[in-house]
Amino acid sequence: MTEIKIDKNAPRQVVRMLVDNQPNVLARISSLFGRRNFNISTITASETHIPNLTRITVVTSENDENVLHQIISQTEKLEVVKEIYLLDMKNSIYRELLLVKIRADKSERSAIHEIVTIYRGKIIDLSKSSMIIELTGSPEKIDGFMDMLSCYDVIEVCRTGITGIERGMAETV
Amino acid sequence: MEILLEQGVDTVFGYPGGAALNIYDTLYSYEKRSQIRHVLTAHEQGAAHAADGYARATGRTGVVFATSGPGATNLVTGIATAFMDSIPMVAITSNVANSLIGRDAFQEVYITGITMPITKHNFFVNKVEDLAHAVREAFRIAETGRKGPVLVDVTKDVSAALCEFTPQPKQKPNKVKPLAEQEAIEKIAEYINQAERPVIYCGGGVPAADAGNELKELIEKADIPITYTMMAVGIVGYQDEHSLGMIGMHGSVAANKAVDQADLVLALGTRFSDRVALNMEKFAKNAIKVQVDIDESEINKNVIVDLSVLSDVKYFLTKVLPLVDAKKRSAWLEQIAEWKQSSVMAQCPEAKLHPRDIINTMCDMTDQETIYVTDVGQHQMWAAQYIKHRNTKAFLTSGGLGTMGFGYGAAIGAKVGCPNQRVIHITGDASFHMNLNEACTAVSENLPIITIIMNNHVLGMVYQWQSSFYEKRYSATTPERKTDFVKLAEGFGVKGYRAETPEEFEKAFAQALQQTGPVWIECIINPEEKVLPMIPNGGTVEDIILN
Repeated sequence: MTEIKIDKNAPRQVVRMLVDNQPNVLARISSLFGRRNFNISTITASETHIPNLTRITVVTSENDENVLHQIISQTEKLEVVKEIYLLDMKNSIYRELLLVKIRADKSERSAIHEIVTIYRGKIIDLSKSSMIIELTGSPEKIDGFMDMLSCYDVIEVCRTGITGIERGMAETV
Repeated sequence: MEILLEQGVDTVFGYPGGAALNIYDTLYSYEKRSQIRHVLTAHEQGAAHAADGYARATGRTGVVFATSGPGATNLVTGIATAFMDSIPMVAITSNVANSLIGRDAFQEVYITGITMPITKHNFFVNKVEDLAHAVREAFRIAETGRKGPVLVDVTKDVSAALCEFTPQPKQKPNKVKPLAEQEAIEKIAEYINQAERPVIYCGGGVPAADAGNELKELIEKADIPITYTMMAVGIVGYQDEHSLGMIGMHGSVAANKAVDQADLVLALGTRFSDRVALNMEKFAKNAIKVQVDIDESEINKNVIVDLSVLSDVKYFLTKVLPLVDAKKRSAWLEQIAEWKQSSVMAQCPEAKLHPRDIINTMCDMTDQETIYVTDVGQHQMWAAQYIKHRNTKAFLTSGGLGTMGFGYGAAIGAKVGCPNQRVIHITGDASFHMNLNEACTAVSENLPIITIIMNNHVLGMVYQWQSSFYEKRYSATTPERKTDFVKLAEGFGVKGYRAETPEEFEKAFAQALQQTGPVWIECIINPEEKVLPMIPNGGTVEDIILN
């Protein structure tokens, strides 16, 4: 049996896979997770540098070893899945993108700008009464930033969910 | 059609329709040239079960055709049945024209979406260039590793189009079967050699890997008792001294006691289902548990084992055999013989005709090659318990999904696939009412299938649960149907008999054996006749119900 190393204290587990780039592929993955009652916190999919292969990154709150083994081995059985593994969180870089629109008139602008600068975010759109901020980082950083914004009038929030990559040459494809 | 021939297909089961017209038009010439036999059923569900029964009886992949929309959805139960029991099947459905896909056209349904969780894989083909690859892949996937159903959905444009066809030889399954590592094999051999009370518990993976002979060799050499799930009934002869009988909810007392008291349980090609490991925490609580399976996702899915090996069962057995000591385990075998002696189940005293007598008579009057097919319910359990099993391909039953109405279609498929073997279909009145329409298929194809209907006039298995656990509150299980099966048989063009006593049954069965077409024998049994022993859900061998 494939051994999986998990960090029990990690707030989340990241499952990375390479799948055939074909219609329905995301549905096949999410249908399997749904049917087997595996939690999905976030899911992202995008094309890669390899033609015909798509990268899917699923973040799950499951952290029981047997459940994670089930996730990996059940997903691996799908014909479309070419590679799947659990990201070693300690040895990886993972990021999430946030776009947030807040109500802000000229009296609030500079205070918000200060927070954005501290978090190394960007103000990417500005109008008389609102602004859109872009921020990349770990989910904790984004949570922290959102907490700072909670005293302002947040109109809309979009978060992409995590994507991640292992450091060094561990990557197999 | 050329690809089907290339894949070695000579028989398909199915039902035509609007979107399938092109496919059936092509089939016409292949049928005329006797290259492909098409068996038309009464209902697509029957066709799916027939393809499944054909696959179970012959070991070859079953093929079923259906049209779009309802034709495709009617296959769903049949596909799910095959999926749960890992039966290789290729379903080819038609869909509406490319220009109408996604527009809720007449008889359009998203069958690839619907069957996603009940197939190993499926294909939606809307370009004729992709068709050959998809069908070849469908067979490869269905037959590779742990087998199962695959669906190919073909739009009407594709079935109308012509393209250049390049023949290819049939591919061997290309995913390499996992093979056990030497270290693990040695460890298991050591466990076996040290064990005082070992038990082998095997499932459908053993016949699927064709590992029956190696298994028998191990049992003989190391003197190990064996129990099996319903999917491996027949893996050892019914009279074998090592056979404990079936395990689980309606398994034998000896099998359940032996596993409970064993110090080593070797699980081969089986998944510790909830009908076997009724209490997953307490299953084989005293034993070192070792699991050998070809499918990694089955390891530790239900019961956590001490050692697991990812391997083809046949390969594992071949490698472990030379390392296992030949020895006698007389004390353990004597204990087991004693449990086997003391566990003959009581029958309903008021009844004139007992299920066990029906099955015994039937087995005594038929030869060893006979294929038994069941529906689902009490009769299925009696058949699993009392038939004198000798061969796993001779007992066809819906194990995982438990599909009532499976039997008649599957019996038709088995008879078509194995025309020289006798096929007996054992059913209950409730299961039979679900899909008895397939009688017309048996008549058209002139298939001498003997159907034994155990009629207790109730929905027996649910009735039994209500009797034992719901204070005899018989909710929706006593329909008071007035079906006259002898007259109904006549209406279909089937020969019908009724038996109320053992003598009548013997006489009717003797006559049935002489018939050249399908026969039904209705056997009147007592509704209070129970399937015993029984371990309730979540229970252990200590909770076993014996009367």
